[in-house]
Amino acid sequence: MIRTRPREQGEQEVQAPPKNLTRRVLTSRQTRLGLIMLLTMIVFAIVGPFLAPHSPTAVMAKPYAPPGDGLLLGADSLGRDIVSRILSGGANLTWMAIAATALGVALGTTIGLVAAFAGGIVDMLLMRVVDVLLTFPTIIMAILFISMVGPSRWILVVLVAIGLTPGMARVMRGSARPVMRREHVMWARTVGLSSRHILMREVLPSVTSPLMVEIGLRLMWSVVGLASLSFLGFGVQPPASDWGLMVSENKDGLAIQPLAVFIPAVCVALFTIGGNLFAEGAARVIGRTEGTRS
Amino acid sequence: MNAVEVTGLTVALDDGSVIVDDVSFALESGQVMGLVGESGSGKSTVALALLGFAKRGANIVGGKVVVGGVDLLALGRNELREARKKLIGFVPQDPATALNPAMRIGTQLTEGMLGGRKENLPRIREVLKAVGLPSDDAFLRRHPQELSGGQQQRVAIAMAVSKGPKLIVFDEPTTGLDVSTQARVLEMVGRLCSDNGMAAVFVSHDLAVVGAVGDLVTVMYAGQVLETGTRDEVLLTAAHPYSIALLESVPSTRQRLPLVPIPGRSPAAGAKFEGCVFADRCAYAEDRCREAVPALVTAPTGGAARCVRVEHVRQNQTCQVKEPLRRIESREEGRASVLSVRNLNASYDRTQVLFDLSFDVAPGECVGIVGESGSGKTTMSRCLIGLHESQTGVMEMDGKPLPLRLRDRSKAIKQQMQYVFQNPYGSLNPRETVATSVMVPLKHFYGDRGKAARAKAQEALERVEIPWRLADRYPAELSGGQRQRVAIARALACDPKLLICDEVTSGLDVSVQASVVELLRSLQNDGLSMVFITHDLAVVRSIGDRVVVLSQGRVVESGEVESVLSAPEHAYTRGLLADTLEVDRPDAETSEVPG
Repeated sequence: MIRTRPREQGEQEVQAPPKNLTRRVLTSRQTRLGLIMLLTMIVFAIVGPFLAPHSPTAVMAKPYAPPGDGLLLGADSLGRDIVSRILSGGANLTWMAIAATALGVALGTTIGLVAAFAGGIVDMLLMRVVDVLLTFPTIIMAILFISMVGPSRWILVVLVAIGLTPGMARVMRGSARPVMRREHVMWARTVGLSSRHILMREVLPSVTSPLMVEIGLRLMWSVVGLASLSFLGFGVQPPASDWGLMVSENKDGLAIQPLAVFIPAVCVALFTIGGNLFAEGAARVIGRTEGTRS
Repeated sequence: MNAVEVTGLTVALDDGSVIVDDVSFALESGQVMGLVGESGSGKSTVALALLGFAKRGANIVGGKVVVGGVDLLALGRNELREARKKLIGFVPQDPATALNPAMRIGTQLTEGMLGGRKENLPRIREVLKAVGLPSDDAFLRRHPQELSGGQQQRVAIAMAVSKGPKLIVFDEPTTGLDVSTQARVLEMVGRLCSDNGMAAVFVSHDLAVVGAVGDLVTVMYAGQVLETGTRDEVLLTAAHPYSIALLESVPSTRQRLPLVPIPGRSPAAGAKFEGCVFADRCAYAEDRCREAVPALVTAPTGGAARCVRVEHVRQNQTCQVKEPLRRIESREEGRASVLSVRNLNASYDRTQVLFDLSFDVAPGECVGIVGESGSGKTTMSRCLIGLHESQTGVMEMDGKPLPLRLRDRSKAIKQQMQYVFQNPYGSLNPRETVATSVMVPLKHFYGDRGKAARAKAQEALERVEIPWRLADRYPAELSGGQRQRVAIARALACDPKLLICDEVTSGLDVSVQASVVELLRSLQNDGLSMVFITHDLAVVRSIGDRVVVLSQGRVVESGEVESVLSAPEHAYTRGLLADTLEVDRPDAETSEVPG
């Protein structure tokens, strides 16, 4: 029988997963694919405007002109270069989606954690407010506000963030409540650590995996939400270029010039699917290697 | 012919590491074998392998399990299932999850049997009577959640017994039960097996339980059988150093003895060894122990032990005599007590769980609070620290009034009273290193940062014997015992006057429990007062100065540990003491009555 000597005491962990969180997350094939898609789309959206051969607003040819004449993919409903419009159409969407997600997640997480920590009447009040907010469909609410105060990009960001908040608060409260009953949180209360310390240092790190998934999901929701608003005409306003807006501008010419609708739609899809794959894969990896408390 | 014969049973993980190595034993009809070992020893894997089953990631790679003349491991899938149905009963650890909550008791009892429900009912009623449960139709119509834990476990046992198998495998069936229920269940298991002529394998981590139920006892460690023999051979005259060490670490209700922990840490499942698996932690190890795997040899006492130095160990072991510990008598009487509790009442919603609790804790004293589950002991400890919301009563600390609620307590009080939780896996923040965990209260109470804090943290960790090289690890990388020590170190870093220990040893193996108990004893010698909550009278005997016995939220008896446990006055304490199982040890008879 072949046996080897035991290694040093206490160092017998069988195949410990890589310590570094990012490295561990990247061991999964799904997260790598998702991350590549997501980063490609973000880089595409940021660098795109600088690579555009023409101005996205300049009229270059006849409406729905076929490819040719220096226009690689042809022209859109107003005769503008499709390539240039696609290249510069992601920048607004990207920064607005990221800003809306950051704001919504921060707001929702704060509400959720405070509700879970305080309990009692504070919890009840916050959750009832959240319930009321949940009953407003995000898009309709955004349309209502935009119709009243006029389209502004920052108002759009805030509206989408508010739309994300209630769901986020519910999820975070749900995942923080069992953590509140954990011994290390109770210990922190017995020694009288400040609520801020308990929430930031004891509770928040223990709910990172649902938080990560939620960030991923909410980012995609805000992309879809913003693109839909643009499509409906309440988001980015013409003549600025935007993927959602392009779909709506060119939908009448779908039979003649399908690329003007398809490519922006595919861009939005790649963005959201990539982000989703990454968030879900990361959550699964974190859950597998850390969620088990052994 | 033997009813059960296991030869060379070997189980390996997918990556090839062996977790159960060459286990062999034989049982006659009606015999019960106790299989004992600490966590990670492979005892549960053996239990499952007896059913021809291995958990995901593990495979039975060799050996024979012959039950009633059938080799289970040689059967195909469907044949194996049929064979299990006829030959083997299994009683799992947790009856609450083993029974289907959506099914009536009667249905669950009959579904595993051959034949229809009607013809099996008389047999079921007979077995239910044998396990001490009602057998009328009203009982058979109940659902599992309408029964208590003890009743559920009896139903699970009845399920296993009723089909009349050749072998029953019990996987820690009494771990979640109170001592009084456990005593009754164990007595019943022994009777059922001998009456029905069934062989049984009884897996447990508790030597006393195995001693109470087993005709034979097998000790496992790191996947190997280290010692096997009859109950008396193994428990009274243990031959293997590991069995001896394990017995030394078990506390006793009869005497206040020092507990001897086993040095080092038990190996992870699947660890590889060149020689004897226990050599690294063995007091008798010599060079040849590390060269080759020792064979099971017949010990002079009659059993078989896997040790090359059996003779030597046997001779030297008898020389070890443990002196009963004397109580430290130097307490200053008349000084204000560190904590005094008067008329404490507590309730959950409208249900009152504590009634008029009163007791005192003198400086440097350890007060043991003992009670079964549901006695309110954990609620009481939460009341002391202020975490419980609805409570009334008067508490004083050092003669000054102590507010009941945490938010009314001053920072100084929070620093002087520290709480150590039962569950070592939850009491440390999983995302903070050991050193950071210990430094958090230092910064909070004393404003220490950086180097000063690290130095103090190091001091606290060294006091609980956690080497500083572990300081930058995360709790998940430590064993249960180590985590519990870190939790104690974190409490010590606050420089408390009173330590409240809530069942701190109940999640730990006996050898680890011994080391934690000895650590707490050394802290007590440094002048720390303690409230030690436990369900285990033996632990109280080994560490407590005074004891308060709780039953259903009321104090039924309190006083000096020696007098209460030697001559209990209340019927409840007497019953508890009688039901607490004890490992019979030779030195308990020879040594004098404790003073």
